[in-house]
This record gives sequence, structure tokens and C-alpha cells, in this order.
Amino acid sequence: MNLTLHVWRQSGSRDAGRMVRYEARNVQPDMSFLEMLDVVNQGLAEKGEEPIAFDSDCREGICGSCCLMINGRAHGPEGGVATCQTFMRNFKDGDAIYVEPWRARAFPVVKDLVVDRSAFDRIIQAGGFVSVNTGGAQDGNNLPVAKPDQEKAMDAAACIGCGACVAACPNSSAMLFTAAKVSHLALLPQGDPERARRAKRMVTRMDAEGFGDCSNLYECEAACPKEISVEFIAKMNREYLGAVVSGKGE
Amino acid sequence: MNLDSRTPPGPLAEKWDKRRFDMKLVNPANKRKYRVLVVGTGLAGASAAASLAELGYHVESFCFHDSPRRAHSIAAQGGINSAKNYQNDGDSIYRLFYDTVKGGDFRSREANVYRLAQVSVNIIDQCVAQGVPFAREYGGLLDNRSFGGAQVSRTFYCRGQTGQQLLLGAYQALSRQIGAGAIHLHPRTEMLDLIVIDGRARGIVTRDLITGKIESHVGDAVVLATGGYGPVFYLSTNALNCNVTATYRAYKRGACFANPCYTQIHPTCIPVTGDHQSKLTLMSESLRNDGRVWVPKAAGDRRPPAEVPEGDRDYYLERKYPSYGNLAPRDISSRAAKQVCDEGRGVGDGGRGVYLDFADVIRGRGEGYVREKYGNLFDMYAHITAEDPYKAPMRIYPAVHYCMGGLWVDYELMSNVPGLFVLGEANFSDHGANRLGASALMQGLADGYFVVPYTMGNYLATHSAALMETRVSSDRPECRQAEAEVGDRLRRLLAVKGKRSVLSFHRELGKVMWDDVGMARTEASLKKALEKVPQIREEFWRNVSVPGGGDGLNQSLEQANRVSDFLEFAELLCHDALSRNESCGAHFREEYQTPDGEAARDDEHYCYVAAWEYKGVGKPPELHKEPLVFEYVKPSVRSYK
Repeated sequence: MNLTLHVWRQSGSRDAGRMVRYEARNVQPDMSFLEMLDVVNQGLAEKGEEPIAFDSDCREGICGSCCLMINGRAHGPEGGVATCQTFMRNFKDGDAIYVEPWRARAFPVVKDLVVDRSAFDRIIQAGGFVSVNTGGAQDGNNLPVAKPDQEKAMDAAACIGCGACVAACPNSSAMLFTAAKVSHLALLPQGDPERARRAKRMVTRMDAEGFGDCSNLYECEAACPKEISVEFIAKMNREYLGAVVSGKGE
Repeated sequence: MNLDSRTPPGPLAEKWDKRRFDMKLVNPANKRKYRVLVVGTGLAGASAAASLAELGYHVESFCFHDSPRRAHSIAAQGGINSAKNYQNDGDSIYRLFYDTVKGGDFRSREANVYRLAQVSVNIIDQCVAQGVPFAREYGGLLDNRSFGGAQVSRTFYCRGQTGQQLLLGAYQALSRQIGAGAIHLHPRTEMLDLIVIDGRARGIVTRDLITGKIESHVGDAVVLATGGYGPVFYLSTNALNCNVTATYRAYKRGACFANPCYTQIHPTCIPVTGDHQSKLTLMSESLRNDGRVWVPKAAGDRRPPAEVPEGDRDYYLERKYPSYGNLAPRDISSRAAKQVCDEGRGVGDGGRGVYLDFADVIRGRGEGYVREKYGNLFDMYAHITAEDPYKAPMRIYPAVHYCMGGLWVDYELMSNVPGLFVLGEANFSDHGANRLGASALMQGLADGYFVVPYTMGNYLATHSAALMETRVSSDRPECRQAEAEVGDRLRRLLAVKGKRSVLSFHRELGKVMWDDVGMARTEASLKKALEKVPQIREEFWRNVSVPGGGDGLNQSLEQANRVSDFLEFAELLCHDALSRNESCGAHFREEYQTPDGEAARDDEHYCYVAAWEYKGVGKPPELHKEPLVFEYVKPSVRSYK
């Protein structure tokens, strides 16, 4: 199939940026979206033109690097997949595809489709961990964890930190990302001693980074490649409220 | 050059404890005076940086990704081994040690492997304490599964995303230290050279991938945890940006590179579908706990799998290796798959595939059981192939996956260049000629959490006078020299202004490597590769197109630089394969095989680590042999029958 791409190009953070049109020819249905972009880029390189810059790495939906808005949907039309797992069989000959970066104040554009998501790392640095130094741990089986709790914690822990939730949210809220980590550790006994502090600090950091507030639109859950549930946002709200009311969050 | 492994004397089980007692320590108040540079933030790098910072050292951590959590350790699926013997099925530290030495085809250092098995017990405890959500039994205790090359159930897992959860545990520990100001993180910063001053590793030269700025960072020791070199074959299960640059540049600065030809091909990956393919997707070995591998008995049988009756199926792994069956180790399983496809019995388009069939377990234990254990893996397969693995068998084929070779290190994980420590997949040390499943995660964390925090202290304390005397700054001539060389190479790449994309050269290299240096090597194929690689390299430097400039984000330049290193490193790999006139583990020379097609080792002449010293591009490297002595495990014919 032959496709027309409209791709956001921006030479640097100070450039205003614009949409540029490209033709993608001879696209096979079993190519991934990024492989299709690779072919377009190869063509540009061979003509000495600067290829389209975009982040990707694992190409199997687990590292969270890839982050494209495709026709206005974070990660593309399929749902439950990352950009690198979106295949061209979702499109047909003659389609026009709009390719844009994540748009959020807290994710400044670096170049073309590459954005700066270090705000996410700073949220984790604020409290997304269990404070345990290497070496002093008790035997792994000393602390039983009920299977349903572990399964739910794993559901939350599966977040890949891609930022689709922020990109899809009209408010650019990072609640789903923050809630995933808060919930993962709140569900396990290992995370219990620091629950209140963690919730308070991570939410405070999240707000300071310039993400928007949550107004219960649920676009985040719909865009998440790991299908993380908004029930974790509800859980984090309870954790945060508990921390503030009890004063244990200091 | 004298390669001294500095293995402690004495009984195997006491070596590590003895060394830890004999090591010099750095006084807690003095640790803050030392500055350690850690390159790479995967399992080995993140765990090392976090542990060293917790101890009080000042740590500078570097990764070329936008975040430490993007390291390719994140993609590891199946699990991590540990000799806990929770399942009461006969496991022990000694058995894990034995299985690993045997799995490595008797080409690893016993003492290192024993220590790996010994600290494996502590790794699980540390991860659980960090909140890693390992799978649990209904009673709340940790669950286990089996992996290839083992007859005990010693693998701990988190669905099919174990690497992700272990890396996040280490990333979180790293994040805690960054938040506390104990680690200074440099993301989107790529190491492009090693700085050696007065014979010691004292720093690195980096390029800021956003601004293009080239800069030196100096300290008291350097840790490389930069992963493996699978993409020298272009297609592999590695991430697109995995590369050999950091270790290869260290090699050019004097660090020996050991056993580069030991490249592991994983038997269960999704087959190649076309020329545009950018990587191969791994289907975890853990699937072989329940899936059965088969091909039709008759060559050219193109019937859909549901129409092939049991009598016409060849469950070849179960047939050839009755006691390990579908859990035969990777090198053996991969060659067996290649063999049946070479016989014309392969499945799928192009006949390069075998079936991994779950019909029996779905029938016997229900789809729910399979979904719970492997859910995300089945989803991934379905997405990529548009086939339903709950209804039809998966099609799989071997693919390049892991590199047992890497920079040579001694018992303390230090290179022959003093002050240069190498951890995880980037070093050569523990897996011999073939790595068992679920052991890479184990090794990365063993090195980072439980080895280097001790051995780094030993190095710093032993040489503190020399290190303190020369408080190095980045104004040193060695730094300026290295910066200039790095800048020069980048400028040369930009200046070629040829007609071919970097990708086209990478593909061409990969094809030569897979065809001639892949699963089966011959003297002729290796010599052919040694002729072709320099030709590709020569055309690369004459005809590559690297658009744009060096002063900003330029992914073409980044890729060109990495491919330029692959084009040199590939020769070293071929050279190593050509000099090793035996078959062992993942290194299979067709001239050296048993009558039934298994690897034929030559312990009399090749029982050594091949550590190569750089002599110049296009010049043969110099071989230094570290003899391997087996006191506890007797090298035998490695049989899994």
C-alpha cells in the first residue's frame, strides 16, 4: 500500500515546528509502524536529507521509549499496544496518517517527535521505591504475599513509563503513571512502612512538574499500552488523602 | 601480558568469603572522597551504581537513553535463577554451580561461577525487599518454574516480564540515590572513549546526545555495564540501540576482549517475515516448560498443523534428548531446529520455522492455566503474527540473543586495565561458551549488588595513595587527546556525504555475519567473512550518508558511529571463531562435531579463555590464553540425552 504521512518536524526546542508531508510507498501490512518510518528515513538519508527523529529501542512494547500520536491517538489505533507494536495492517492503501509527538507542557519537545520525559524519572526519584539498602534483606519467603495482592501489584507494576496516559489526557495529567507505582508498592507488605510518605511526595512532585489535574475522563486507561486500570488512580487518591489526614506523609 | 585471574586459593565454597575477609576496606568517612563512573543503567549498572552510592561513594551514572529504565534488561522475559531449593527438588548452590559450568560447556572459570551460584540466594531476597512482585503460590510463598539445562525448578519470575520488574527494582534503588543527591545521573549521554592515565582507567569521554557536546568525565574508577553486542548480526532479540561501542573503545585502549565468538542463539523467537524487519522478538524459554517442539516427519509436508496427525509429527527434542526434552539447553535446541529446517521439514513461509505447540497443556489444564502463566507472551505473539496461539501452534525459529563473550575480567571483575570494572553481559566471565536460561538476570544483579561493591573498595583502598596523589581533572592531556579523537571520528562520519544509509550497511554486515558466522561456522565461511567485512567497512567510510551536523540531536550520526564500531568488531569475532578449532557450547565449527551432530570439544588444546589484545584496525589481534583448570567439575561429554 501507499500512504501519505503528515509528520511533525521541529529542528530544536526553540523552533516553532510544522507538519511536513511525506509519501510512504510499498508498505507491507506486516511491517510495524516504526519499520515503515525506518524505510521513509532511509529514503531521506539516501538523498542527504535529515531523517525524522523519533525515540524507539526494544521494538517489542516493553521499554516505553516509543511515543507517537498517530491520527490523534497515543500509540495508534489498536489499543493495548505501544507504537512499536502497531502494525501497518491497521491501515489501507491511500490512507493519510498524522504523526505527532506527545503534547504536554511537562514533556517539552526536543526535536521532531522526540520529547523530554525526565519529569517521570523525577516523580520516581521523589518516592517510587522501597528504602532498602543492598545486603540486609531477610529471606524472600519470610514475608508471605497473598496471591491476589501480588497479581494486582503486578498489574500496576507493569507500567512501562511511556507517557501515553499524559499524551491522551486533555489535561496532560500524570495520575495514571504516578498511581501505578504508588499502588504497586502500597499493595505489597514491603512497601507498607513508607506508604504515606511515598504517596504524598510523589503527588507533590507530579504537581510541581506541571502536569494537569485529573477530571475523571479515563482517556489514560484507554491509551495505556499495558491496559493499566484507573482503579489505581482511585487507590492513589485514597493513599494520598490518608497521608494528608493522618499527617504520616511528612 | 600476564592475565592473572587473582582467584583466591583454597576450597571452592570458601573462596569468596575468604577474599572478602582479605580485601582492604575503605573507611566509611573516606568513601565520599572517591568518585566512581558507572556507564550503563541496566541490571548490572543500576544495581552497581545504587549499591556503591548507598555505601557512600560519589557516583556518576551515564546512559544514552532518555531514562535509566529503558535499558534492554527491561525486555528479559522468563525468570531469574536462584539456588534456594524452595521446591525441595534437589537444588543447592553446588548444583546450580555444576549446571552452569556444564551448561557453559566447560569453558568458564569455576571460582567465578561458584560465587555466582552462592550469591544467587541473596539476590532474590534483595529483590523481594525492593517490592519486586514475583509470582506467588496460593499460600503466599514464592513460586518457581523450570528452565532449560536444569532438572530442578529454580527460576523465580514475574509473569513473562521478569526483566522488567527486576530492572525497575534496581532503577528504583538508583532513583532513591539520585533523589538523595548521592548519584549524579547523565541521561542521553553516550560514552565514546575510555581515558587511561598512568596505566589506570580514570575516566570516559562522552557525547551529549541533545547538544552534541563532547566532554571528559574523570574519577577514580570506571565501571562498564553496557551490555552485549548481538546487533553485530543486525537482526537479534536486542534493542535497536544496543551496541559494542563502550567495550570496543575500551578494548582499543588496552582492555582485552575475551571469547567474542561465543554468541548465543536462542531457539524460540518469532521467525523473520521480511526485509524491513528491524529486530527479532524473543518468545521466552519458559514457554518450553509447557510447549512441545515439533516439525512434520516428512520433508515438504505443507499441511496446516491441525491436519498433521500425531504419528506424522517429529517431537525431535523429546526424541533426541529424552531426559531434558523440550528443556534442552539453547545451543543444542537451536542447532536441532536448524538441522530439521535444513532437511526440508521446516514450517511457515520459507520453511524456516518449527512449531511450539500448547495443545496438550491447553487440553489437559485449560486455557486459563496457560493464560495465567504466559498471558502477555501469548498476546505479544498474537499481535505480531496475527495468529492465535491458543488455537494453533506458535511458529518459532532461532535468533541471536546473548553474548557470552565480553571484556576479560579477573575474579574481582576488573579488566586487565586497572580501575576498569566490567559487569553483566559486557564482561565474559561466568557463562562459558553457552549461557543457561534465567542466568543473565542472575549474573547482572550478582555483579552489581554483591560483587563490585566489595571489589571496588578493595581496588580503591589498595591504590588510594596513587589515586589521591593524582587528583585528575579533565584538563589532562590524555583527556584532551581522547576528546579530540572522538570528535575527529564523528566529523569524518559527517563528512563522507555518500549515497547509502547507515541502515543498509548494518543490514549488509548482519547478513554476512548470520550466513557465515551464525549457527554453524566453517573455516571457509569464516575466511569468507574476514574478506567481506573489511570490504563493507571500506565502502562504509567511502559511501555512507550521515545527514545533518554534530551539534544537536542526530540519530543518524549516533547509528553511524555504532555501526562503524560493529564493522571493526565483527573482524575480531570472526578471528576468534577461526582460531578456536573445536566446537563448544554456542560456538559450532562444522569440522568438529560428533557422529550424531553434537559439539566436539578439544579439551587438550582449547581449554582456555581467548583474551584478545588490540593491535590496530585491520591488523590481527594478539591472543593471550588464560588456561582453565577444572578442579571440581570434571569436563565430560556434555550430554542431555
